[in-house]
Amino acid sequence: MTEKNIIDLKNIVVEYDGEQVLKGIDLSIKDGEFVTLLGPSGCGKTTTLRIVGGFVEPDSGDVFFDGKRINGLQPYKRQVSTIFQRYALFPHLNVYENIAFGLRVNKVPEKELQQRVRDAVELVGLRGFEKRKIDTLSGGQQQRVAIARSIVTRPKVLLLDEPLAALDLKLRKDMQVELKSIQQSLGITFLFVTHDQEEALSMSDTVVVMDKGVIQQIGTPQDIYNEPVNAFVADFIGESNIVDGVMLKDNLVRFAGQSIACVDKGFGKNEPVDVVIRPEDIDVVRPDESPLHGLVDSVTFKGVHYEAIVDVDGFKWMIQTTDVVRAGEEIGILLNPDDIHVMKKSEYSGKFGDYSTFSEEMDLLSDPNYQEDAEESVAAEAEE
Amino acid sequence: MKKRFSSHLVGCPYYVWAAIFIVVPVLMVLYYSLTDANGAFTLDNLKNLVGFSDTLVLSIWLGAIATVICLIISYPMAYILSRSGANTQRTLLLLVMLPMWINLLLRTYSWMTILEDTGLINTLLGKLGIGPIHMINTSGAVVLGMVYNFMPYMIMPLYSIMTKIDKTTIEAAQDLGASGLQVLGKVIFPLSVPGIASGITMVFVPSVSTFYISQKLGGTGYTLIGDVIDNQFTNNARNMGATLSLVLMVLILLCMAVMNQFTAEDDEGAILV
Repeated sequence: MTEKNIIDLKNIVVEYDGEQVLKGIDLSIKDGEFVTLLGPSGCGKTTTLRIVGGFVEPDSGDVFFDGKRINGLQPYKRQVSTIFQRYALFPHLNVYENIAFGLRVNKVPEKELQQRVRDAVELVGLRGFEKRKIDTLSGGQQQRVAIARSIVTRPKVLLLDEPLAALDLKLRKDMQVELKSIQQSLGITFLFVTHDQEEALSMSDTVVVMDKGVIQQIGTPQDIYNEPVNAFVADFIGESNIVDGVMLKDNLVRFAGQSIACVDKGFGKNEPVDVVIRPEDIDVVRPDESPLHGLVDSVTFKGVHYEAIVDVDGFKWMIQTTDVVRAGEEIGILLNPDDIHVMKKSEYSGKFGDYSTFSEEMDLLSDPNYQEDAEESVAAEAEE
Repeated sequence: MKKRFSSHLVGCPYYVWAAIFIVVPVLMVLYYSLTDANGAFTLDNLKNLVGFSDTLVLSIWLGAIATVICLIISYPMAYILSRSGANTQRTLLLLVMLPMWINLLLRTYSWMTILEDTGLINTLLGKLGIGPIHMINTSGAVVLGMVYNFMPYMIMPLYSIMTKIDKTTIEAAQDLGASGLQVLGKVIFPLSVPGIASGITMVFVPSVSTFYISQKLGGTGYTLIGDVIDNQFTNNARNMGATLSLVLMVLILLCMAVMNQFTAEDDEGAILV
């Protein structure tokens, strides 16, 4: 990664039918960086990607590539390449010709073309598949063809639009590792779009969290996880308990009826705040060992740890612990100062981080992908 | 899977229909073409075909020209159609289909009054001091009639196949550096070949076998194979007529067999849209 910016987006606004889908996006991407745009569906992440690719023109704002303004430049003249969500391979060409397409249209000499296609085939591990037709390949293999087809043209930036969404879990994990190693060996910039927070955290140098057409936070995966700026980010990235609190003074916050030491400062005196506590940071102790108490509602065994829903001062917390806890038990809750993260109040305050209605079923039902699968399996059953 | 008895039963009306109106007539054509007026077996009809070879060649030639013109006009039209908004698509499709709801004879008659030496165009030209230009009873008029009448059969399969081309495939091609022309040549055209094949069949076959268009717009100078067959039957020479019909059928089946090679890969784009 160098210090030079390869892409700069300045105050990008995009409207569809009078509705703003991007509300002033500012984003700088360094040459060689792995940047992930993360957010729920409809947050504007794919639109941002398509702006860089040249498939969407912003209604206002500027797009810079390598310091040059490229608004209005046709996609085929841009030094970026896209890996589409459903791969968009050419069904009438075989694997070899799919990969060679970009070189053929750019009139690369035949000898060089053969060498470069061979290298790309090698890189994605598709040797022996060159003559195969696209529709005889599995999803994972098609994915590899799409990657090879893009990188063979040596783009400066690779745009990836949820490229792993259509793969099953195991394959997805493998491809995550593989994509990351391809990115490192080529040393080019990856702009990656996903709604999967784990994918974003494990692959990226920089994560850009988006919601409602606005960038909520830009930072390293560690920053995003440990220092979320608001309740939306805290909830979207991992599990979090988000409770109302008051900042008494620097390094002291009051919530759940207790005043507790923390490491945050710079808030106004007695300012209302959101307090984030990650479930895995909480220590479960005997009730007499901590002023903060809770009554265990329910416990689920998760293998590595127990996941307990605990009533703390009328608010349900999620606690992940390796200690044995039982429903109905009174426990003490011990928090170290750096387990607590304090955020300013935002429009998202009070909407996230409460586990009083939590159940895994509810979680799955609110996941659109899960819905689809459920419908499919019902349809499959009906066919039988 | 073995089809159940009930599903065969549902097909019954169609089987009966097909037997009476397709199988039996074809067998009758075969019978008449191999017999003389007295019903005795003969190969004379086949020998006499030589005398009709010029007509056959002319029919194929004019049919081919009409098909090519249809393709040249329809391809961009179908492309524009497939890429426009839903409302525009509906309106344009309606305009394409609209003439098909009017009887072929009426449409051809209208062209007569337009093209005649004292017709609409020449009257207008006369007022401008130009002409008159002789248009009716030329090969051009016959081809025009074919193109006009059969154009929708070219547009529809092309349109149908083009709407099936995934938009992201086109974006992917642009993304990889293909200009507009390259996208057309390397992606859209190869992917629309099945549509082209069925469009060609659906225009060429009726063009070759037409008799009414050539009679009304070609006069006596452009007698096509369809006219000859028509003549044979009206003059009670049904054995020769049957032989000519047989030749035409074989020709059409050959044409469809060739075109099916291009559509075989993608069943959805096949002959009948």
